[in-house]
Amino acid sequence: MAIKIIVCVKIVPRASVALRLDPGTLRLDRSGPTEINPSDTFAVEEGLLLRERVGGTVTVLTMAPEAGRESLRGALAMGADRAVCISDPHIEGSDLLGTARVLAAAIASDQPDVAIFGAQAIDGRGSSTAAAVAEGLRQPLVSGVRTIDVVDGHLRGGRQGVTAEQVLEAQLPCVVALAGSTNVPRYPSFRDIVAAKKKDIETRTLADLGVAASSVGIAAARTSVLALAAPPSRRASGEIIDDDGNGAAWLEAFLTARGLA
Amino acid sequence: MSAAASPDTPVVFIEIRDGKATAGSLGLLAKARVLRGTAGAVVCGPDAGAVAEGLARYGSESTFVADIAGIDASLGQAQVDVLAMLVREHGVRTILFENSVLAADVAAGLAVRMDGGVNWDLQDLALRDGALVGTRYALDDSLAAEVGWIGELQLAVFRLGLHDPVEAPVDGRVVRVAPALSGYALATRIVEVRGSSADGPSLATADVIVAGGRGMRDRETLLLLEDLADALGGVVAVSMPIVDRGWYPHSRQVGQTGLKVRPRLYLACGISGQLGHRVGMEKSGVIVAINSDPTAPIFGICDAGVVGDLHIVVPQLTRRIRAAHGSPSGES
Repeated sequence: MAIKIIVCVKIVPRASVALRLDPGTLRLDRSGPTEINPSDTFAVEEGLLLRERVGGTVTVLTMAPEAGRESLRGALAMGADRAVCISDPHIEGSDLLGTARVLAAAIASDQPDVAIFGAQAIDGRGSSTAAAVAEGLRQPLVSGVRTIDVVDGHLRGGRQGVTAEQVLEAQLPCVVALAGSTNVPRYPSFRDIVAAKKKDIETRTLADLGVAASSVGIAAARTSVLALAAPPSRRASGEIIDDDGNGAAWLEAFLTARGLA
Repeated sequence: MSAAASPDTPVVFIEIRDGKATAGSLGLLAKARVLRGTAGAVVCGPDAGAVAEGLARYGSESTFVADIAGIDASLGQAQVDVLAMLVREHGVRTILFENSVLAADVAAGLAVRMDGGVNWDLQDLALRDGALVGTRYALDDSLAAEVGWIGELQLAVFRLGLHDPVEAPVDGRVVRVAPALSGYALATRIVEVRGSSADGPSLATADVIVAGGRGMRDRETLLLLEDLADALGGVVAVSMPIVDRGWYPHSRQVGQTGLKVRPRLYLACGISGQLGHRVGMEKSGVIVAINSDPTAPIFGICDAGVVGDLHIVVPQLTRRIRAAHGSPSGES
């Protein structure tokens, strides 16, 4: 069966750029060069692999300021069929609720069989965006999985726990949150990169999606950042030396002095 | 009707794994009592009844139990139905979670369902002028942000591993709840469970852990780590990238999506020390780091660090330790 796959990605400041917060808004400064969140490229790859196995289409979807949309070309070069960027000035300042409303509306308008989200382990939010979107869509959620497949019209996901492995199964349509990756994202060829430059990146506004401006952004946020400060240093850092050939001896002395070796 | 003592009573989301409450979620009961002088709990799944019986020992005065058919302890959506009922019918306004895949799913789903606020990755939670204020570290822990809630429902998700269980027996009561479950919640099922390779000695109780990460050149590097672990009487663990590469089983992974460990010695080799890993090991007694990148965050939390190539330093260290102890398996 051919299926319709949406992969939701986040556009983030390029990894080589030092992150900073805008002192006025207390939010991440996103004005520099951007890219698809590296952990989301695993989700794009997972979508492409699923398409190769069962047939269908892959659409990459993001919510980003106009300046970030070009970053979606990376996913088109990898082989995605379509790219959609939701841009609207009212979205800025959205917390989980606003973000989920916008993404759920965009997914609902496209009616895919599967919406895949990458891992967000880095900021400690787990699969929260995927879970919020699944609730907004009232669709089953398959979260924390490292492998996915579609079998007999159902999505199957493998979740590795510390003591056991669970196989989750959900009816389509559903929302998937990956917990990590078992794949290696493909590296597009020069030809693919050039071809992706000519592809269309579709844009959507809140009005296109039928989402009220009052239901997103700061107006609809249920959380706020009150202040920023330097964190207390939780653990004094010890001595660090360069290995000039004596690093192992120095470590051995350190461990022996503490009765650890 | 209300089973919670007051709407201010924080209710702790108790997560069940392998039939037992996780230590971190039990630990949040103590945090709730520090905050408001009282605590409640909610626990879901087939084992919820048995787990609930033990919660008064840790300070839960009212424990909500949902053990009706259709609720799986490790799937979040049906548990959203349970928590939504507590908010609607039992006046619950504040719910504390310890981060996990399940907690994130439940907190996010509940926030959308009930238009609640959810703050993540909290280090701390305090009362200021009667309002809850959370503290979260941002930008790889280089900044502390104070965060607040707007509106009535306040969901607080704490970073993994901050709270230990504290016994504080109270007269607790257990309230059974049985919400109608959403159709889409029931559309995800666990169709198979396979025991994973519970190989080797336990990481959770190990005194010494030698851990390898992204900086390992190849799979064979694990042999160097296993050799050092053997010399130190310890076991080997890895960070997530190594599990992703398929080099080591997930049961040996330390960090956010793996195990939380607290050995006397944690020797991090080629591990940069990203947040996701640190939350699993930063409470270790002594932390030693070997990494070729002098800017790796692991050097900010270690007691001793060597900037160098682990493929050189680790075997040298193993030989020295074996030589000092006259171990017969030493190579030198």
